[in-house]
Formats: sequence, C-alpha cells, structure tokens
Amino acid sequence: MSKTTQELFDYLNAAFPEAELLHESAALGDSWVSIPADAWKEIAKFLRDDQQMRFDTMMCLSGIHYPDQNLLAIACHLNASEKGYKLAIKVKVPEDNPVIDSVESVWKTADWHEREAYDMFGIEFKGHPDMRRILCPDDWEGYPLRKDYVPQDSYQGITTKYTEVEESHD
Amino acid sequence: MGLLDKKYHDSNIIIVNLESALNWARKSSLWYEQFGLACCAIEMMATAASRYDFDRFGIIPRSSPRQADVMIVAGTVTMKMASRIHKLYEQMSEPRYVISMGSCSNCGGPYWEHGYHVLKGVDKVIPVDVYVPGCPPRPEALLEGFLKLQEKIMNETLVEKKDPAIEKE
Repeated sequence: MSKTTQELFDYLNAAFPEAELLHESAALGDSWVSIPADAWKEIAKFLRDDQQMRFDTMMCLSGIHYPDQNLLAIACHLNASEKGYKLAIKVKVPEDNPVIDSVESVWKTADWHEREAYDMFGIEFKGHPDMRRILCPDDWEGYPLRKDYVPQDSYQGITTKYTEVEESHD
Repeated sequence: MGLLDKKYHDSNIIIVNLESALNWARKSSLWYEQFGLACCAIEMMATAASRYDFDRFGIIPRSSPRQADVMIVAGTVTMKMASRIHKLYEQMSEPRYVISMGSCSNCGGPYWEHGYHVLKGVDKVIPVDVYVPGCPPRPEALLEGFLKLQEKIMNETLVEKKDPAIEKE
C-alpha cells in the first residue's frame, strides 16, 4: 500500500541513476530525499507524471539556512493523493549562488511558496513568472530568516528600533 | 437679565456658547475609519456590535477616510503598513483624532525586541490622542478610550487647538 521513503527513493534512484540522489535522515522525524539543484525540475516533473508515483500535490515548500555549511536549501513536501504516498525533498544550493529551478510550472502551489522563500532567504527561482517579495515591502533590505540577518535601523526614514519613552512632567 | 432669559425661554431657544456647542456636536458624532489591522480589530468589531453598541455614543464606522473623524489603529502596524497608515491619516479632514488600540499599536507589543517588521508604536508615524492598553483591550477598554477622547474634545477651545488637560492627568 503506502510506500516508505526508502522504497520511493529506490524507485527514484533507479529512474535517475546519474543524478546523485541521497536518502538522508535526522535523529528525529521523517527521512528525506536530497536532490541536486540541476536535476530538481526534471525529477519534479517525473514525480508528478510517472504512473507509479503521481505526486499531484505540493503541500509545502519552505526555505532553510545552514550557516555552518554556507548552504541554503528548500524543503518540499509532496503528497500523492491517489496512492497515499508522502515524500519530503531537500534541494541544497551554496549561499553565494542560491539559484534553484522554479517548479511553479509543475505545481501551481509553488508560486507563492517560492516567492516566500525568496523573500525570507534570498533563494532565487529560475523561471518563476513573478519573482518578487511577497511579505516584506519591495524595498526591504536583507533576508529576514537567514541566521545572520541584521535588521535595518530605519525604513523609509522611520526608525525600526524600540525606543524608551522619556516621561515628561510639565 | 431676567428679561432676556424669559424671552428666549418662552420661544424654545437655548443659549450656549459657540465653543461648547461645537465641541458637543463633535464629540457626539465620532465617526471612525473602518479598518482593522490584527486581532484588536475583532474586539473593535465586538464593541461595535449590539452587546456593547458604539452607536449609543454616536460612534459609527465610515468607509472613507475623508468622511471620518477618528482613526482607531486596531492592531499590529507593520513597517509595510506604516506608510499606508500615514497616507490614510493625511486623507482625513480636520479636526481628526487617533486612538491607538492595543499594545502593538502603542509600542510594538510582543514584537518590541525581535519583530524586525513591526513599527514600534504608531506614534512614530502619526500623532496619537488616546492610547488604549491591552492585548487586545476588551470592548469596555475601547469604550473608555472613546470617553477619554470625548473628554478631550470637550476641553477644546476655538483659539487653542487642543487642550492638553487629559495628558496632564
């Protein structure tokens, strides 16, 4: 019935032997499949269209920052509603050139999720039709959810810091 | 003295000074700008609904800033929203008043230290007449804020724009 990530990974690895896929896991939680950035879009299309997989829904796409490895990444959770499969995927890119192919054309859900990852982490999605910030204002500086983010002191002449109010006794 | 009183009394005319008549009219029809920013807006809606009933004080929502007398800043003001709040305030016609509702709008609230995106007090952008504390304030608290504003309006004079009597308290 439902397949484990290991089984899904084996199937995927057999279909893309040259793509250097990795099956990784952490101390807690589900394991995931790590996919190189250059193979991501092709594999995404395969995951959606292959009759054995049919991952028709992207549930979530979020950004991650690994400051000690100088890496940025996306974590992507897919759901195959027909077969009941679930799969977590990570795509890692270097901090100095964070470009990932957009999968907006594969799953429409990715549209705003990729804009959010761009807004918060500065990951650029190649081929996205509308690569703008989604939450912060367009002229905001920096990417707030990066671990080394330093908030700007003022925005459009308004101070962003909390200042103590001096009590007046007149 | 007696003659003048009697004359006007008999013909159903009330004599007041212009100032208090103006102030009375102003405080009795505080139309507020109808918008909410966060969870405080829910309490604001509750205050406007039948249980607490703003309307008995002549306070009714108005959907255009040009026809509004008072702006209730009900909720978290983000940096993105700050310029829009300022624009809305500028569109209001004088005399105009601002009630800052809730901790976020007063000083940044729970976002005061780590909320990079939150304006630390709406008074950094527009002048505020009454601050209502709370997270969010109960409807009674917002009503109290309006009563304070009415008090402030009643102390206004034609020569001096706004009386700081309430601020002194």
